[in-house]
Amino acid sequence: MASKELRPAEKKEIRAVRPEETTGVPYFAPQVDIYETTDALTIVADMPGVDASDVGIDLKDNVLTLQGRVSKAEIEGFAPLYREYREGNYYRQFIISEIVDQEKINAQMSKGVLQVTLPKIDRAKPRKIEVKTA
Amino acid sequence: MAIIRFHQPFTSPFSELDRIRREIDRLFNDMVGEAVPRDFSGVFPPVNVYEGRDHYLVTAELPGIDPSDLEITLAGNSLTLKGERRPADGGEKASYHRRERGSGTFRRVVSLPEKVDPNDVEATSRHGILYVKLAKAQEVKPRQIQVKTSE
Repeated sequence: MASKELRPAEKKEIRAVRPEETTGVPYFAPQVDIYETTDALTIVADMPGVDASDVGIDLKDNVLTLQGRVSKAEIEGFAPLYREYREGNYYRQFIISEIVDQEKINAQMSKGVLQVTLPKIDRAKPRKIEVKTA
Repeated sequence: MAIIRFHQPFTSPFSELDRIRREIDRLFNDMVGEAVPRDFSGVFPPVNVYEGRDHYLVTAELPGIDPSDLEITLAGNSLTLKGERRPADGGEKASYHRRERGSGTFRRVVSLPEKVDPNDVEATSRHGILYVKLAKAQEVKPRQIQVKTSE
């Protein structure tokens, strides 16, 4: 396949779905890829500017919450001249319909991309049913 | 209060419409409280340009892009960012529920407002954001002028 040109998507701001930050920092919904294999459900989310220690992942009553807090240390002392994106925190929730092994949830953060792997519990995995012949 | 505004002379109805659109955008942004209006370019990656006393800082959101897949060049006042973002790979057996993150190649040129020193450019990548710090050329750097007193 020939390499295609990458098209950007404008950051989607979320308003009034969660308690607001007192500082007025905007929240954005990170763009995600979600894929499923026989063993796990994996969520890959773009959160540029977020350090691994500033990520919050929470699974409660089938609702998975992903949060990321952005640091602005690098731009301190600079005044904006031209702006195509805004810095802000990230927040997104998903309903997880699979039965997930909570103990084995694994998350990694690399180059502003969060990858969360939710391993399925054994009974949720597909099983081959043998048909016996009488 | 006198308002002095500089804008291009009336050239075509389209540029006039464009000017009106910008004015409306600016008014709207003023209400929202943003100092500099946001301008979505439609070209990847989105960039911001900041100005310090002696430097310009160009930032770009490049999540998941390895610095080795990125080519940064400076020619005159034009900074070019070129690279590729690879798609997430869940393996052959993966079935996708969502695919929102884009992938592909990109090439972006950013024009800097003033002359920069080509020998004093520093690029760092942190948490998926690229920071390119460019020193302003000597002749455009602000200089304090001493006032001499003659007794």
